[in-house]
Amino acid sequence: MRQFTVFVKKEFLHIFRDARTILILLLMPVIQIVLFGFALTNEVKNVNVAIVRAEDQPFTGRAVNRLSSSGYFKIYGEYSNFYTAWNHMQRGEVSLIVSFMNGEANLTVDGSDPNMASSIIQHAKAILAREISENQIDNNLQSTLTTERVVPRVELLYNPQLKSAYNFVPGVMGLILMLICSMMTSISVVRERETGTMEVLLVSPVRPVYIILAKTVPYFVISMINLATILLLSVFLLGVPVTGSLFWLIFTALIFIFVSLSMGLLISSLASTQVAAMLISGLVFMMPVILLSGMIYPISNMPGILRFISEFIPAKWFISAVRKLMIQGLPIGFVMKEIGILLTMATFFVAVSLRAFKNRLE
Amino acid sequence: MNILKYLLEKEFKQIARNRFLPKLILVYPVVMMILMPWAANLDVKNIRVCIVDGDRNSPSTQLISKIEGSPYFTQLIFAQNYPHALDYLEKGSADIIFEINNSKIYIASNAVDGIRGSIAASYLATIASTADSGMISQNVLYNPTMDYKLFMVPALMVILVTIIGGFLPALNIVTEKENGTIEQINVSPVGKLTFVLSKLIPYWVIGFVVLTSGLLLAKVIYGIVPAGKIAEFYLLSLLFLFVVSGMGLVISNYSRTMQQAMFVMFFFMLIMILMSGLFTPTGSMPLWAKYIAALNPMKYFTEIMRMLFMRGSRIPQLLNEIFALSLFAVVLNGWAVLSYRKSL
Repeated sequence: MRQFTVFVKKEFLHIFRDARTILILLLMPVIQIVLFGFALTNEVKNVNVAIVRAEDQPFTGRAVNRLSSSGYFKIYGEYSNFYTAWNHMQRGEVSLIVSFMNGEANLTVDGSDPNMASSIIQHAKAILAREISENQIDNNLQSTLTTERVVPRVELLYNPQLKSAYNFVPGVMGLILMLICSMMTSISVVRERETGTMEVLLVSPVRPVYIILAKTVPYFVISMINLATILLLSVFLLGVPVTGSLFWLIFTALIFIFVSLSMGLLISSLASTQVAAMLISGLVFMMPVILLSGMIYPISNMPGILRFISEFIPAKWFISAVRKLMIQGLPIGFVMKEIGILLTMATFFVAVSLRAFKNRLE
Repeated sequence: MNILKYLLEKEFKQIARNRFLPKLILVYPVVMMILMPWAANLDVKNIRVCIVDGDRNSPSTQLISKIEGSPYFTQLIFAQNYPHALDYLEKGSADIIFEINNSKIYIASNAVDGIRGSIAASYLATIASTADSGMISQNVLYNPTMDYKLFMVPALMVILVTIIGGFLPALNIVTEKENGTIEQINVSPVGKLTFVLSKLIPYWVIGFVVLTSGLLLAKVIYGIVPAGKIAEFYLLSLLFLFVVSGMGLVISNYSRTMQQAMFVMFFFMLIMILMSGLFTPTGSMPLWAKYIAALNPMKYFTEIMRMLFMRGSRIPQLLNEIFALSLFAVVLNGWAVLSYRKSL
């Protein structure tokens, strides 16, 4: 046991004596959660719109007012012919052209970002349809409409202000913890091997398992600090509350940190050089985590094979659990599946990496 | 010139004899191009709606069959009452609740993902209130079928170029530093510029190979070809390769160990990817974030690639972006050459 604590101390010293690395490790999550918490959004907001109308009619005037006061759209300019407006779209300055012709409205949208385009159409249509239907009632064209109209009451659960931070904070949390834990651990083991100091460690009387476990302890501690800063920032700065139980949230996060650390160990026993280790943990893991974990793009929309791959991404389960615990405020009973899967993954990675650890130099 | 030739030979041999690197260079782009474009789908469809019909009369049945007929709602679950329905929603087996009681309609949508939740709710509300939008027509330019793969393919190319042109040479230099082999270069008559070029040129070449394979894959798998000129595509990619390799060099100059280089690089890489408009639009960001995004070379290259692929823009229409990238290239490479020290 004493040997173990000495090794843990050695690992801590390694980290603390590299001031830049420790600074980055502690600051990185802060900057990222702030940046992404505010800046990552799929909202339709202040989209530049060009209006094309031949003459000023009361109806088109009201419709334009409605568009600009909705907060979704910003009127970029009004043009008398479509071609001028289209020129602005060609240069990427406007994303939507609304042209009024003979009392009809035509929407022309820039489809380069199809997701944005469909949201833009959806919002613009809703705004214009309201104007048109009120216009019709005004003109008593279809007075029957008013009597038959059912107005549904709509409630948006869990996130009534529709803040995108509610959606992205769990994702960013998963991404940061995953990358920091697995990259750091994998590098630190391979480094000893590459610089030749592993030989010294292996001939020492310490059992190889302890060498490996001692490597994970400092990073576990740093990850906990990171977790704390991330949670504090999201609650106090981003205004994303922890609606569920804080205890279970931290519990889940600890399991996830453990999975990431053990994944790092596995990588380190497979990779022979630091470059390889970092490329595997960084590149090969980063893109799938960003794209397939449900952080940005909903998994339910993906084709079957990607849905299947996403099942094996630990971050996916973590993000889903955090959404339930933190945002929806559900009791722990609802995330048993996620926790079970994460625990299985942790056991698997630890078992495989301990088996794969070579206590002989090649 | 002769020196550069020999140094290049050394670099290519080192890359080829690495056990891991050639595999990564060959396989990674292909896997990314095959799998990732399918993921980026934010369409709000396949919504699972949980229905609570308290009335069970003809208007309510009519409404429900209307929901059933809508293409957005693929799965209908029937619940006895609202608490039951909420239970479905909390377990994650339904996305939205539609309740009819005494001819009143109540819609509750899971809005953890705010956009998805609100759009699903507005679909349902539109069906329920039978708002007429027949007087509004729409057309979509540049990507008429709203194919999100066309949106993703250029984005992936941006990422691949950044990784191969920026990451790998920086790692390469730091490896030499850590192994101590850089000392041999430092005592040799090799000039700063020759050394730097010998490190960069192999990755520029690899970058072009990856871009070409990316183009071919995009055509074969997705039928996507740039609407603009291929020559301009390569020319502008080369400009961006200059930018990212300059950035990689600066980072490697200031890092002593692999660990440092790696964390600094991932720090910037993650910020660059997520702030570039690759996945989420830059236009919706708050103003201060837009200023940060303006300092992100990846943002300009993403715009260039999308304009090239979808709008068929030509160089005269891209002058602003090209100017920004050239500025980045000059500043970063100048900084890289100035900060490179031959002394340890």
